[in-house]
Amino acid sequence: MDDDAPAEGTTAGPADQPSLWHRLRHRRRDRLAAALIGVLTLLLGFAFAVQVRSNDTDTTYSGAREEDLVRILDDVNAREDRLREQIAEQRTALGQLSDTDSQAAAALAEAQQRATELGILNGSIAAQGPGLRMTIEDPGGELSPANLLNAIQELRGAGAETMQVDDVRIGVSSAVTGSAGALQIDGQDVAAPYVVVVIGDPQVLATAMDIPGGVSATVRQRGGDVSIVQSEEVVVDALRPLDQPQYADPTD
Amino acid sequence: MIPILGLAVGVVLGLLLDPSVPVWLQPYLPIAVVAALDAVFGGIRARFDGIFDAKVFVVSFVSNVVVAALIVFLGDQLGVGAQLSTAVVVVLGIRIFGNAAAIRRHLFRA
Repeated sequence: MDDDAPAEGTTAGPADQPSLWHRLRHRRRDRLAAALIGVLTLLLGFAFAVQVRSNDTDTTYSGAREEDLVRILDDVNAREDRLREQIAEQRTALGQLSDTDSQAAAALAEAQQRATELGILNGSIAAQGPGLRMTIEDPGGELSPANLLNAIQELRGAGAETMQVDDVRIGVSSAVTGSAGALQIDGQDVAAPYVVVVIGDPQVLATAMDIPGGVSATVRQRGGDVSIVQSEEVVVDALRPLDQPQYADPTD
Repeated sequence: MIPILGLAVGVVLGLLLDPSVPVWLQPYLPIAVVAALDAVFGGIRARFDGIFDAKVFVVSFVSNVVVAALIVFLGDQLGVGAQLSTAVVVVLGIRIFGNAAAIRRHLFRA
């Protein structure tokens, strides 16, 4: 750069020879110089503003040298590789988890299905379905526990899935006790007329009750009466507490 | 008057238009701006010294910018672009300081 820029330049010195021609040339030159200076300073201001602006917006990499950029690029590439590996790992983990998740969901659904079935059999869940409502009248109090138990067994044998007698749910361990006229089921008093609500095939159940020497015949023989109403929809809503096994543990 | 006006108009234009610097120009633009600033400060000093000459100013302005850019370009080709641009900025900075000191002496007589 020219070191003598500030020191040099006295050409516009004293105009000792004021010839007209000379002055005119001078004036033209001055105009041109002024225009050039204006253009140059304008360019400088423009470039200055643009540079400041671009520096503002993008300071990190625009000024960096090639070797720095290469190093940064390497870093970024390595990072990308690592992140990709992480993504792959997470994907695998996610796949495994959702696999086990769906398995668990299926197992849960199955378990719930089983629980419902067992609950119906066991009497801990209310049930509805086709069946019949049987009313056993015993005005003389002549029916013994054995007779009622016999009726229950007959119904079971005919395919009854669940039943209740006078709001007492019959389960697998239900017992009929007491004496004729003062019957108890599972320790609860039941009184005539005994209303038995059964879920099962109504036709088959009704037939089983009416066979010669069967439940109906026995009751009538003892002075009572049996009326059977078949229905497409009966509700067994008496519940019995779940039997908690005291001694039995499940085997693996 | 004209230089100040030119500077102001240029800054306003640059801010308003806000063009993006082309990639090939990015290493050279800051150096060129600093070189031009050096020329401007030199011109102001010459004005105060009473020896300002428009021709010298224009030539020094253009040559400053071109030479500075050329040095950086050469440095880039040689692989020492960063160092050479630092060197150019240092040299120009020293000159600007010198000129600014002269201007200060003229303005404040101190």
